[in-house]
Amino acid sequence: MSETGIGARVKRKEDHRFITGKGRYTDDINLKGQVYAYFVRSPHAHAEIKSINTAKAAKAPGVLGVFKGEDVAEDKIGGLICGWMIHSKDGSPMKAGPHPILAVGKVRYVGDHVAVVVAETREQAKAAAALVEVQYGVLPHNVDAAKAKSAKGQVHEVAPNNLVFNWSLGDEAATDAAFKKAAHVTRLEIVNNRLIPNAMEPRAAIGSYDTGDDHYTLYTTSQNPHVARLVISAFHGLAPEHKLRVIAPDVGGGFGSKIFIYAEEVVCLWASKRVGGRPVKWTAERTESFLADAHGRDHVTHAELAMDKDGKILAMKVNTIASMGAYLSTFASCVPTYLYATLLSGQYNIPSIYAEVDAVYTNTAPVDAYRGAGRPEATYVVERLVETAAREMRIDPAEFRRRNFITSFPHQTPVIMCYDAGDYNASLTKALELADYKGFPARKAEAAKRGKLRGIGFSNYIEACGIAPSAAVGSLGAGVGLWESAEVRVNPVGTVEILTGSHSHGQGHETTFAQLVSDRLGVSIDNVSIVHGDTDKVQFGMGTYGSRSGAVGMTAIAKALDKIEAKAKKVAAHVMEAAEGDVEFKDGSFSVKGTDKKMAFGEVALAAYVAHKFPTSEIEPGLKESAFHDPTNFTFPAGCHICEVEIDPDTGVTQIANWVAVDDFGSVINPMIVEGQVHGGIVQGVGQALTEGCVYDSGSGQLLTGSYMDYCMPRAADVPSFKLAFTETKCPSNPLGMKGCGEAGAIAAPAAVINAITDAVGVKDLPMPATSQVVWNALQPMKKAAE
Amino acid sequence: MPIVSMKVNGKEVSGEVEGRTLLVEFIREGLGLTGTHVGCDTSQCGACVVHVDGKAIKSCTALAVACEGAEVTTIEGLAKNGTLHPMQEAFRENHGLQCGFCTPGMIMAAIDLVNRKGKKLDEATVRHELEGNICRCTGYHNIVKAIQDGASRM
Repeated sequence: MSETGIGARVKRKEDHRFITGKGRYTDDINLKGQVYAYFVRSPHAHAEIKSINTAKAAKAPGVLGVFKGEDVAEDKIGGLICGWMIHSKDGSPMKAGPHPILAVGKVRYVGDHVAVVVAETREQAKAAAALVEVQYGVLPHNVDAAKAKSAKGQVHEVAPNNLVFNWSLGDEAATDAAFKKAAHVTRLEIVNNRLIPNAMEPRAAIGSYDTGDDHYTLYTTSQNPHVARLVISAFHGLAPEHKLRVIAPDVGGGFGSKIFIYAEEVVCLWASKRVGGRPVKWTAERTESFLADAHGRDHVTHAELAMDKDGKILAMKVNTIASMGAYLSTFASCVPTYLYATLLSGQYNIPSIYAEVDAVYTNTAPVDAYRGAGRPEATYVVERLVETAAREMRIDPAEFRRRNFITSFPHQTPVIMCYDAGDYNASLTKALELADYKGFPARKAEAAKRGKLRGIGFSNYIEACGIAPSAAVGSLGAGVGLWESAEVRVNPVGTVEILTGSHSHGQGHETTFAQLVSDRLGVSIDNVSIVHGDTDKVQFGMGTYGSRSGAVGMTAIAKALDKIEAKAKKVAAHVMEAAEGDVEFKDGSFSVKGTDKKMAFGEVALAAYVAHKFPTSEIEPGLKESAFHDPTNFTFPAGCHICEVEIDPDTGVTQIANWVAVDDFGSVINPMIVEGQVHGGIVQGVGQALTEGCVYDSGSGQLLTGSYMDYCMPRAADVPSFKLAFTETKCPSNPLGMKGCGEAGAIAAPAAVINAITDAVGVKDLPMPATSQVVWNALQPMKKAAE
Repeated sequence: MPIVSMKVNGKEVSGEVEGRTLLVEFIREGLGLTGTHVGCDTSQCGACVVHVDGKAIKSCTALAVACEGAEVTTIEGLAKNGTLHPMQEAFRENHGLQCGFCTPGMIMAAIDLVNRKGKKLDEATVRHELEGNICRCTGYHNIVKAIQDGASRM
């Protein structure tokens, strides 16, 4: 392994600009003549818009325009879409209500975009927005997923009982039959708490219309600028793709929330033309992020697991109600379906599974993919069930898992997925060792002497990443293919530019992708630059989400590098006057077998561009290749996380005493970066389990957790340092053997925490977030009983 | 509109501001120093931490006019003659950043922490002192390591 090749802990190339304050985020960009947008948002959870009077706002200082839904309709700008069609059990298509970029007729959640003011300064736009007079007729609302089907108010005309779809997966009859044979059945009522993503950079956009060229440019905080361009062109109809450039520069975290196409960015683009081509900038205030970024999770589930007398799992049955919020966001419908129920087999051999999902509208912000997207919800169901079943059957939870692990591959689950490779026992064994599982009883006893409650919890997660084979997702309802593209440009001096459709917003692509190139071409990583996030530079791309940039994005680069090598060999063969088959490429140079003839990669690159020494009738000059890679299967990262907690029974405060994570991500390009992804993921999962929860007031429909004073983000003192290790089974479906690592921590963590706390407290279940108040309350009946 | 003057990263600067203009707005929009970030509107996240007269403050919580005559250091002013500050170097060495958005505030807060508490910092102290800085990417693990490392280098 070279110092900068695959597997090396290379320090990040992109860091210099970030640590010196030279990062270039969307709000850092200011265009000539720029003006500012401020949105008028609904103060009501559900209301009819009776009238909007913009006269006073329009006359306010600095105001260039005040626009509402009718203005958008006048220009025939289409509404926001959901790009994944789900069909109900009865075959009927999902009920997608209209989602205009500025409300028409009705508002459906607090924060819904009603009108926009464009003014010379941010302050003027904000001040004028307060002068827009909207008359509302308040309608009955509902913010609770579990009550949606019987709620008084109907969110969308097209969706009676607020039901978006009633979808199922698996064999119901076989599952029912298996349950009848069960020696033991474990049952849980599970709420997967609603979360607000909170990337630290608030969303922002600058829309700029060039009156000379009839061309639009959008700077935006996006994880997938090409998809944004595609949707804004094809569905909003703002401009054809060749007349629209989308740039996502440095993006300050995404976690899914910046995948989606949002109203604000489309409005900024459209409004720029309306104000004569002046660039229109909008930057979310944090409160707007809370109100109007797509939220995550929000499932209410009844789950059952059937075992034989030896603790072998026979079957699983799951009923879930998933809130979609007030509108279907870009990928919302695939999250509680194909990203959720397909993972319900976990790491276990479960002969029958049946899952039924009701997706419902509520008067809340749209819900869509958030780090893990469906897979954290599935893992929580599986790992809470398994841990509870083991406790109920008095079998050690590690042993219970071992008895049920899938041990041979490929393994076809009863819920679509075909796991290609893994060794679940290896990660469990290593985790038990690192966590000193054998020493736990002694630690528990020692803690008890100090008056503390100690508990331990497991989470053996699996996820489907490397999203995704286009034909497979197409057959399941996706409106797009999920391949990735790459272009490799070798310059005449032998330096390399990689243009990728993946987008880095913290993942370190500028380093890891360069490591691949360095490894393959033998060039220094300093001579490689990674270009991404600009539709004018990169041919096309599907972006970064679902831990896909390594397994799919880098594989596309690897394919293009294969072509570069092949072409360079041809050039080298001609220059060295050898047969192409005799040319070997190793450690950055081309040599002719059995001779001392040799050319460095840079010399071949130069020869390719100078083109004097080979017949250009046979070989085109230049050294530039591109590739599209469509994966043949999902990848299946898996692992074992063990959380040990200590609880102070007087206060209910939970401290994480120890955390072990053993993950199998297949090949690891840069362990330093992968570990960082795991750390961050775990803390997002711990946040869900211990501190974070989005709360809408049922009476008023208002968001009660609309700032960092009310929504508790995990702080440094809430979490420990982590013990990490890897096991490795190569992924067989891509040449690099990579599986993906971006979401694992967030998927694994919540179940590990709640399993540990319920172990410590001695209760079957606790709701998330298990705040000190929740834990303290759970302890009271036991304290009373002891008195 | 009042004119405010101060020394930012060693340079005398002045500009016209409104009475309500925040220090962070003056720094970002008035001076074009966009390394200082705004991540919230309630002074919780710490992405906007700068040093005023040698002490860390959240620049979203100070009025520009209140900093008349002050010496302000932002993330852009830390490196001297192209040499990174040891805390900047430590963040890079320890992978203490991912998306980079919270990083300038983290680094400014970390230096202030060392100035107040000394170079030998235990993990619990670092974690406690980071209460006013939120990171969503790193899980704090490597930030804590970076600060301990940076402290020892300062």
